[in-house]
Amino acid sequence: MPDRRLIWNAEAECLPREQIERLQLERLRQTLQLVSDNVPCYQNKFKECGFKPGDLKSLDDIRHLPFTSKEDLRLNYPYGMFAVPMSDVVRIHSSSGTTGKPTVVGYTKQDIRTWTELVARFMTAAGVTREDIVHIAFGYGLFTGAFGLHYGSEAIGASVIPISGGNTDKQIMIMQDYRSSALVCTPSYGLTIADRLEKKGIDPASLALRVGLFGAEPWSEQMRNELETRLGIIATDNYGLSEIMGPGVAGDCLLKCGMHLAEDHFVFEIIDPDTGKVLPKGSKGELVITSLTKQAFPMIRYRTRDITRIHYEPCACRRTLARMDKTSGRTDDMLIIKGVNVFPTQIEEVLLQVEGCEPHYQLIVDRVNNADQLEVQVEVNEHIFFDEMKRQRQFVTEVEKRLATMLGVSAKVKLVEPSSILRHEGKASRVVDKRHQ
Amino acid sequence: MKVEQISVFIENKSGRLAEVSGVLGEANVNIRALSLADTSDFGILRLIVDDSEKALGVLRERHFTVNKTEVIGVEVPDSPGGLSSILKILDKNQINVEYMYAFVERCGTNAVIIFRFDNVDQAIRVLLKNGVNILDGEKITTL
Repeated sequence: MPDRRLIWNAEAECLPREQIERLQLERLRQTLQLVSDNVPCYQNKFKECGFKPGDLKSLDDIRHLPFTSKEDLRLNYPYGMFAVPMSDVVRIHSSSGTTGKPTVVGYTKQDIRTWTELVARFMTAAGVTREDIVHIAFGYGLFTGAFGLHYGSEAIGASVIPISGGNTDKQIMIMQDYRSSALVCTPSYGLTIADRLEKKGIDPASLALRVGLFGAEPWSEQMRNELETRLGIIATDNYGLSEIMGPGVAGDCLLKCGMHLAEDHFVFEIIDPDTGKVLPKGSKGELVITSLTKQAFPMIRYRTRDITRIHYEPCACRRTLARMDKTSGRTDDMLIIKGVNVFPTQIEEVLLQVEGCEPHYQLIVDRVNNADQLEVQVEVNEHIFFDEMKRQRQFVTEVEKRLATMLGVSAKVKLVEPSSILRHEGKASRVVDKRHQ
Repeated sequence: MKVEQISVFIENKSGRLAEVSGVLGEANVNIRALSLADTSDFGILRLIVDDSEKALGVLRERHFTVNKTEVIGVEVPDSPGGLSSILKILDKNQINVEYMYAFVERCGTNAVIIFRFDNVDQAIRVLLKNGVNILDGEKITTL
């Protein structure tokens, strides 16, 4: 039997805290030098606040540095934040931005090696070994999820099935025939698979599945229980975002008491999202991440907008790396629908492009049969109302098509009567998320 | 020749239809004919009333989304094959019917059908040429 309690890189993952912090300080200095030499956005930010890389005396001084936001990435679209020439970049990934333009990130050869290492760590922590057959049901493409897990699996020496997303019946056939033992997908897709197995009368125990590595969308402990019971597996969580690297930023060990953070490659802070002040250790707040070893796309104090808490007490698994809770919300109005980032502003942009359409809308997000569904309610007005059903439906279909193109995920448009959507200042009221109610 | 029809957007929730007819009743507007096309989300209510302008005004006041369209009222023999004879004429002349519905009152011994065409002027020409009687807008609302 393979030992499921292995640690991929015991030297790094079990480093005493003082040594972690010493390493962080040293690497932070290098990163600050790198960005102030090569990234105009940071040169300007540092100049504005009068900071020079040499000013950093201790790790705590990081709180004097300016934040980086998604808006900075938008302003520097596509390659403005890169710290190396394109000839050193070997890979581009991207995720959706707050408005039409996506966020573009790059990796050097060394960045890909770091990414591989960090994914191998959390996969090993979840008990994946070279004996496993890893079934990767994330979409392969600009999205970082599939490639990250792919590299990690190969580094471990596991056998990868790069099946990609969709076609659940085929996924199940391959699971049965190829004996997939580790499932990689979003937690909601995990439940879709469980539903289909049930419908087909296939006993999950007849499969070789034993562990699930779920990520790319927030999920609850209740969902973990459901996945574990219905698929007969151990369900582990992992965290990452393309702006920082993709999956590998943090991941569960088998004790499932918080995701171990890759502190030797990143500095993690928890701030008050309103004041921007760093909160005392153990507080709940917005996660801010600074990269320490990235070459192509270093990030200084990137505001993730994810709400979580960090625990510093040692874990019984021997890893000394701190652990973060499952994310419990967002400080902005970003929605994650089927693993895709969706911003209400993108929907507004589409509606404004449709002639006669006014941007009075509301988003209803729900999970029906374990699949995320997005409904966009649009207030009708005399310019977009027709006496013929055919034209009325054409209008709805046209808006749905444009939304799908913009968002990368399908949305149902529902016309509602004027003034039926509550008018509020601020955008949060535009979203009704029924998934966590 | 043409009849003014008003259409109202109605969300599929209980009481909305009652509200429209209530608003019109209060304003003393008489509904002469109606048809409802619906999906699971919303419906389009089309009405012929005795005072379109007044109806549009009071409905808008109550925040209903409304539109005005031109339709025609055609006299159709109230006997087997009556409607078919009219539709054959339209088909032969490649005139597309967007939708149609029956009028409540009869005109003499004939039934009255409301037609919505894409090209209403062309439809009128063809029907008249084939001896079909089209009711005057004024007359329809006072039948």
